[in-house]
Amino acid sequence: MVTEKIDQFAATLPAEKRRSVYESTKATHEKRTKVLFDHFPDPNRLRLIAGEIKQHVIENLDTYLPAVEAKLQSHGVIVHWAATAEAANEAVLGIMRARGATKMVKAKTMVSEEIELEPFLKKHGIEALETDLGEFIVQIDHDHPSHIVRPIIHKSRREIATSFEREGLGAYNDDPGTITRRAREFLRQKYLQADVGLTGANFVSAESGRIVLVTNEGNSRFCLAATKCHIALVGIEKILPRDRDLALLLNLLARSATAQQLTVYTEFISGPKAASQPDGPEEMHVIFVDNGRTDVLASECRDILRCIRCGACLNVCPIYRQASGHAYRSVYPGPVGAVLSPLLAGEKFPDKVDLVKASSLCGACNEVCPVNIPIPDLLLRLRDKAKREGAPSCGTPPMGAWALLASQPTAWKAALFGGKVMNYLPLNLLPIPAAQAWLKTRTLPAWRGGEFRRWLKNRTR
Amino acid sequence: MTADREQILSRVRAALAPLPVRAALPDYDAELTVARKLLGDRDLLTVFAERIKLVNGLLLTDVAALVGHLRAGGWMRGYCDPLLWPQLATHFGPEFTVETVFDRTRVDHFAFSITRAVGAIAETGTIILNDRTTASRLGALTPWVHVTVLDRAAIYPDLGHAIAALGDDPNVIWVTGPSKTADVEGILIEGVHGPGQQIALVV
Ligand code: SF4
Repeated sequence: MVTEKIDQFAATLPAEKRRSVYESTKATHEKRTKVLFDHFPDPNRLRLIAGEIKQHVIENLDTYLPAVEAKLQSHGVIVHWAATAEAANEAVLGIMRARGATKMVKAKTMVSEEIELEPFLKKHGIEALETDLGEFIVQIDHDHPSHIVRPIIHKSRREIATSFEREGLGAYNDDPGTITRRAREFLRQKYLQADVGLTGANFVSAESGRIVLVTNEGNSRFCLAATKCHIALVGIEKILPRDRDLALLLNLLARSATAQQLTVYTEFISGPKAASQPDGPEEMHVIFVDNGRTDVLASECRDILRCIRCGACLNVCPIYRQASGHAYRSVYPGPVGAVLSPLLAGEKFPDKVDLVKASSLCGACNEVCPVNIPIPDLLLRLRDKAKREGAPSCGTPPMGAWALLASQPTAWKAALFGGKVMNYLPLNLLPIPAAQAWLKTRTLPAWRGGEFRRWLKNRTR
Repeated sequence: MTADREQILSRVRAALAPLPVRAALPDYDAELTVARKLLGDRDLLTVFAERIKLVNGLLLTDVAALVGHLRAGGWMRGYCDPLLWPQLATHFGPEFTVETVFDRTRVDHFAFSITRAVGAIAETGTIILNDRTTASRLGALTPWVHVTVLDRAAIYPDLGHAIAALGDDPNVIWVTGPSKTADVEGILIEGVHGPGQQIALVV
């Protein structure tokens, strides 16, 4: 292998898809910036404080987790804990079985993708249907989401229309309005027939035990209006200390994700439905999921646990824009995924190690992140870990010769001068695999070694 | 499950033990989270009216206008909160069929619904519903047109104030315009799972 896996994926991306991913991420990023600066005198301060709040939470999870548990229980919520993906799947299955339930509707939850809940339930005869339009299309296509907020950013309307026709949802029609209306008609029957509604959680307030869920489509609301049992899969890092912190994070989340002021539906749930309410869950379960998070917490990359899954870092990232989401081969793509996915991979860390190198370390992700995660620093720490653990690497030439030169001024000066010869060599014919792989997708600029020194020397102050 | 609880908590404790200091919880002024540039010192109803329009919601201030709007759209069958209907019924002509019990076996029968809001948020054009005042979650969600009756005194300026007023209701939902998606090629489509029209009737 001469090129990294992410490069191989990126190389197979059709030009048309690359263009549409590039254009839509760029447009969202620009709108995000505008909306933040149009609305707040100093949006950067919101980001920095939000980052400090979430860092405080993850460094105090030992006290926050039991506190949140007690709060939830005081509202009649049944709390479960799942150390692993298997345990989380079993917990969901246990709840379904106890109710004799066979049908579930799901509002977008990334944790359920992480633990691969849908195929697990299917094996046990339970249908778990995605209700977010994009996720639903991903599901009928047996595909994977390629963006945190825009799961089908990689699909065209023609592909979707073909899938709908295949699934018997109507004759071929690629008008987005028609596609949406057909999904609406099909899915509302599914909600009404379902026994259980499954959601994730965007935030959980430790102060009040409220779970906050946001959607634009209204699918989580429908899940919680049509079914009698609500299960929320919650990563242990989702806690916020106070209710007032929700105002700060909600202000940042929608603007960072989709340049909206607020997501259309923002739901605050503290337990089963009110006694006077005819619709909605009489029973509510929260499953706190670890699945590798405590390992991340123990690592020097724990800051990534602040992430609120807004997708802003994907939209701004030059690598994501070129490679699209599937190149990351993980539930979490983009800069956040480049840090989180190798960490969550546990023993399979070497399989994902190419991701930590797929960055120019330009820092754009850190700058847009609503919780100010220093992603480039974390990538460097992971590169270091990869090196220390001897994870396989390709595309990086051995640096020994360079190190020798760089530590000897005379040799360095000579090399600066002698390097000129590179301009006349057919470099792509050099018998060095790493050099060949590198040059396949890049052009080396002309050698100009020593020019800066000359300029500096001749400069008159 | 109890074993998982102990395992997770002990792993958390072990992960945090080596930290010499834990990050402190920052304090900040409530003003930080206010989109002051949007609010200015304008009257809250004015701001609310401006913002709800920007999210493609509709603000109406009298029942006659609402009835006219429904008639013009051909939305003749509806559901209404039984507590509201006695005051509203006189404005609706006999061409309308309005029921006060929401029948979930006929969700597509109802073209519109009218329920109560507990408040609104000016800076975002948001309507606030909760479980105790919403007569039916399904009734407020599934018809194409959803009308909420809102008391103009219950408009909060910003998210922070609305959060402080969450109270003890088990389910509060903020609705900011009609249900929407941009999943298909980034094109905005309204009325995905919920209403395609979200109306605030301010009284
Ligand atoms: S790392 Fe930051 S920018 Fe990226 S998804 Fe998470 S919160 Fe958003």
